[in-house]
Amino acid sequence: MNYKVNDRGYYGNFGGAYIPEMLYPNVEELRNNYLKIISEEGFKKEFYDLLKNYVGRPSPLYFAGRLSQKHSTKIYLKREDLCHTGSHKINNTIGQILVAKRLGKQKIIAETGAGQHGVATATVCALIGMECTVYMGKVDMERQKPNVERMRILGAKVVPALSGNMTLKDATNEAMRHWINNPTDTHYIIGSVVGPHPYPDMVARFQSVISEEIKKQLEEQEGNPYPDYVFACVGGGSNAAGAFFNFLDDEHVNLVAVEAAGKGINSGESAATTALGKPGVLHGSKTLLIQTEDGQVIEPYSISAGLDYPGIGPIHSHLFEVGRAKFVSATDDEAMDAGIGLSKLEGIIPAVESAHAIAALDQFQFDKDDIVVVNLSGRGDKDLETYIRWGKY
Amino acid sequence: MKNRITNLFSTKNKGILSVFYTAGFPNMDSTVTIAKLLDQSGADIIEIGIPFSDPVADGPTIQQSNKIALDNGMSVKLLIEQVKEIRKQNVKVPIILMGYLNPVMQYGIEKFVKDAAEAGADGLILPDMPLYEYEEHYKSLFEANNLCNTFLISPTTSEERIKRIDSLTKGFIYAVSASSTTGAKNTFADEQVQYFEKLNGMSLINPFLIGFGISNNHTFSKASEYSAGAIVGSAFINLLKDSKDLDTDILNFVKQLKG
Ligand SMILES: Cc1ncc(COP(=O)(O)O)c(C=O)c1O
Repeated sequence: MNYKVNDRGYYGNFGGAYIPEMLYPNVEELRNNYLKIISEEGFKKEFYDLLKNYVGRPSPLYFAGRLSQKHSTKIYLKREDLCHTGSHKINNTIGQILVAKRLGKQKIIAETGAGQHGVATATVCALIGMECTVYMGKVDMERQKPNVERMRILGAKVVPALSGNMTLKDATNEAMRHWINNPTDTHYIIGSVVGPHPYPDMVARFQSVISEEIKKQLEEQEGNPYPDYVFACVGGGSNAAGAFFNFLDDEHVNLVAVEAAGKGINSGESAATTALGKPGVLHGSKTLLIQTEDGQVIEPYSISAGLDYPGIGPIHSHLFEVGRAKFVSATDDEAMDAGIGLSKLEGIIPAVESAHAIAALDQFQFDKDDIVVVNLSGRGDKDLETYIRWGKY
Repeated sequence: MKNRITNLFSTKNKGILSVFYTAGFPNMDSTVTIAKLLDQSGADIIEIGIPFSDPVADGPTIQQSNKIALDNGMSVKLLIEQVKEIRKQNVKVPIILMGYLNPVMQYGIEKFVKDAAEAGADGLILPDMPLYEYEEHYKSLFEANNLCNTFLISPTTSEERIKRIDSLTKGFIYAVSASSTTGAKNTFADEQVQYFEKLNGMSLINPFLIGFGISNNHTFSKASEYSAGAIVGSAFINLLKDSKDLDTDILNFVKQLKG
């Protein structure tokens, strides 16, 4: 079984580039150049140098003793929360801004939901000296004020998306419209493994540093590079794609993707795409999509702004369809409990997104010798208000 | 039976006016009323948009009309019924259905092509359907159902790709006037005119219509100098939004545009 993208941009039945002609030349330019660019020695050197000295990689693989005890197994946390700007999102933005520079682009646009990708984009734009515009749903701007101000401090312009329900999906629509209107000097830094080919593959490759490091670190700490399980939350799916990437062909490694069930899968307020979605086309790729019978996209819901996206990246639709990854979900309540639980057990306040991955541990019976890696995609600083409102701590 | 689009272009190669509007806007039953009025007013082609929740290639005017249409309860299934009704009411001009792929995909692309043709549509425009997908999976289906297929080209589309699009097209090519989303504009910039001249000089197999930014007689006749005609969308939607008397307003709109 092949889990990587094929040369036409598909993962099995999913992926491709379903875009209006106005976007075609941009996407084609990227498609024709991305592999060449990212395999150049000069690119790799610059990318890894920034990951090391600017982002702070490798991020630790921390043996979580008290959490392990709770689950009677061996649990490691991959500490993406310790990356500069507070989440894995920066791995991708560093990669893409270096690509944009080599394509001769002068301006950057991005979409953001929780604001983590927006902050990571604003950060690399400041670093490289490029003009940055971030689209963010008006509702999300109100929900995530500190991140809006962080982006502004970093010099980015934050534009409210006023269409639709004014959240992540609409911010993505607005960013695509901006790109249609500014086709030559602008690069669009998409924040997850979504969008038209080659984005899902490019973003997965930049995030694959996560599993590359996990392998090395497990080899050092356990004498065996292969875990029994890898857990990751899935919004669009970039941290999960990165955590799974170098284990995809090692079928004995169980991959667990955790979606946001919101108030419950059947509550009408959920973002559990594999449970609720059907194949469809949104934002340039064919993938599982939460939608009405008539093909209108349904606005998802999750307490975590980073997980409430109505689709998942095409790689995940494929991993789900062929059964290579197991897809489970955690509700708002379960995630918040798990986030507070981790804070008290390990002294780590996780992002609410990442707390979903922790919550899913409860759904598994592990052997005591199992090695379980949970990708802790981000830190909880941005979610303080959500934790305070939740209250039960 | 001959296709009404190919028929039209075989008898007329200048000043063709195609008018776009969103199905189910401003009211659910407007789809049929507007088609009749456009036909009576002398529009040459009627292009009916299938509303979608996420119209990424559209500016605010058409986005808004999509939202209102969906709030009105518009669906692909209803649209097929409305097209039948339009033909029943003796509208003779070509009808094109235009929409993003997802609603059509959920209806079933094969079923949609058949049902649309049977209802009386003459062509489809699915702007986010990839060329290879059309060529490999749907071209013969369109042909078997005697439906034209129109692709978009934009000022950034390469000549090589324009030729490939031309070879896969039946009916006409939709030349987007600028690198932009849809929206009404008052004039063309010099580089837009140069682009029209370039297209005009390419000796394409198919005729092309210019769309995006056409709003008045000036932009319509300018576009017509270099092409078979033009497509008006946002300007017409704006009219529908504000109109208190559709009969008169649509008649005047078409008259004023054609000059
Ligand atoms: C900390 C964190 N984790 C996960 C996500 C979800 O994105 P993805 O599924 O692409 O990793 C986000 C998105 O904002 C995030 O901020």
